[in-house]
Amino acid sequence: MKILVPVKRVVDFNVKIRVKPDGSGVDLQNVKMSMNPFDEIAVEEALRLKEAGKAEEVVVVSIGPAKAEETLRTALAMGADRAILVETDDAVEPLAVAKILKAVGEAEQPGLILLGKQAIDDDCNQTGQMLAALLGWGQGTFASKVELASDAVTVTREVDGGLQTVSLRLPAVVTTDLRLNEPRYASLPNIMRAKKKPLDRRTPADFGVATAARLRILRTEEPARRMAGVKVGSVAELVDRLRTEAGVL
Amino acid sequence: MAILLLADHDAAGLAGQTARALTAALQIGGDVHILVAGVNARPAAEAASRLAGVAQVLLAETAAFEHALAEPLADLIVSLAPGYDTILGAATSTGKNVLPRVAALLDVAQVSDIVEVVSADTFKRPIYAGNAIQTVQATDATRVITVRTASFAATGEGGNAPIEPVEAVAACGLSRFVGETAPISDRPELASARVILSGGRALGSLEKFNERILPVADKLGAAVGASRAAVDAGYAPNDWQVGQTGKIVAPQLYIAVGISGAIQHLAGMKDSKVIVAINRDEDAPIFQIADYGLVADLFVALPELEKAL
Ligand SMILES: Cc1cc2nc3c(=O)[nH]c(=O)nc-3n(C[C@H](O)[C@H](O)[C@H](O)COP(=O)(O)OP(=O)(O)OC[C@H]3O[C@@H](n4cnc5c(N)ncnc54)[C@H](O)[C@@H]3O)c2cc1C
Repeated sequence: MKILVPVKRVVDFNVKIRVKPDGSGVDLQNVKMSMNPFDEIAVEEALRLKEAGKAEEVVVVSIGPAKAEETLRTALAMGADRAILVETDDAVEPLAVAKILKAVGEAEQPGLILLGKQAIDDDCNQTGQMLAALLGWGQGTFASKVELASDAVTVTREVDGGLQTVSLRLPAVVTTDLRLNEPRYASLPNIMRAKKKPLDRRTPADFGVATAARLRILRTEEPARRMAGVKVGSVAELVDRLRTEAGVL
Repeated sequence: MAILLLADHDAAGLAGQTARALTAALQIGGDVHILVAGVNARPAAEAASRLAGVAQVLLAETAAFEHALAEPLADLIVSLAPGYDTILGAATSTGKNVLPRVAALLDVAQVSDIVEVVSADTFKRPIYAGNAIQTVQATDATRVITVRTASFAATGEGGNAPIEPVEAVAACGLSRFVGETAPISDRPELASARVILSGGRALGSLEKFNERILPVADKLGAAVGASRAAVDAGYAPNDWQVGQTGKIVAPQLYIAVGISGAIQHLAGMKDSKVIVAINRDEDAPIFQIADYGLVADLFVALPELEKAL
């Protein structure tokens, strides 16, 4: 079986982003970019399934600027077999991403598509569900455990009330949550080797997908800022202030 | 035109988050219909019909809807979609699972996690773990939306909407329910709690988490939360995680104990009315947003707090 893993290049999770003063967006000049953490978990899971003999090939795909090649090379260094870069400088919304991935999926015919449950830049949490819908496949979202058999995948999902387990007919789409695994670091030799692994370059037009935005972004602003309060000297003072000053006890 | 609101429920009752999402729906404006899909879900439908401002409740009762699986539920909503220009739900694990699937089947964008209704087609939503707020205008004919419930008050009762049965759709057979963990506690729910006591990595073990946090939470009548580090380490179950990728909460009082205040944690609780932080590191970032900070060892402070309450 082949596993397809879509990955996104996003601001590193440690970066505290700055909103541009003119309200036109977020300042991404000179900030550290990385693979979306949830996608890293998806790559790791695909590799573990391959290592367990449940899959033969792991193909990674990214839709984004030329620099998304770095993200794909990271995945190749972790152990993915080959990569597809669908290059565009547009900000592509989840629906258009899902349409491109659908076309890639139809060409590649994977048994499983594994991707992060959300990207930590737009926090949309949509792409996997949309992709499953467009392909007419089942979806196992927010996975904390994935058990792959030849014709079905059993997915344990993190839901509001705890955990839910579902079984999906293959092919299927699974989106990863944080506790699925801990991604490996790529070793230096593997990073060198990854430079030579195949990377296929395409554009959204190759797949006949228009990336025009359906959502008009009118403004991006700072959230209301919270002021730091006071330090209290003791538990007794804390309780007293919560009772009398804040009125919340 | 009309608005379709997907209910979160457990058949016996309606989740509090649906009453909050209803508030957003009423702000958008138009006849609001609540869809209750499940098995033996009439009590939930009746609870929905009592909410003020609801025009109609649609009750879809088939085995396929019992566990709110995304595939049959999305097909059901798509079959109803021609009657609506807005389809929305609370940003719960069900809403987040089902509604993007609906949006894609309708070939429209989804607006995730709205925190404010600016007008019928324009909404505010957080991005980058809440470090920026975007105002977006949806341009598609049908708008699909999830609502961040911590940002909207619940609509109260006072309605008496008719309950109409709806035709079920054919089962698609893509997915099958296998099992679920039983709800483990009778504590207040995080999403609607007035007070939340959250513990972090500093608790050190499941035993100490239970021993130190739970009695104080009991005295406070509080829901219990946790940081990702505490959940990853097995001190607390996954559904207690507060943050960017856990639950988003805004209680009257949030007490963070032994939590450093990473941006991903703050994303889930920084809209709380009063924030208290207890941490032994006076430079912990959590103090930058806390109304009341206590620099102390939690193993000393928590027993003291338990006694003082
Ligand atoms: C993609 C992504 C998503 C994430 N989503 C979330 C999320 O939803 N929620 C979340 O919480 N995190 C999330 N995280 C993780 C987040 O970045 C932090 O790692 C996590 O919040 C840290 O948890 P903590 O504060 O409990 O632990 P630490 O950062 O280790 O902090 C422990 C704190 O306890 C204090 N302490 C230690 N001993 C004592 C003592 N005896 N008494 C008092 N204080 C003490 C220390 O001074 C320290 O400040 C996410 C990370 C990523 C990459």
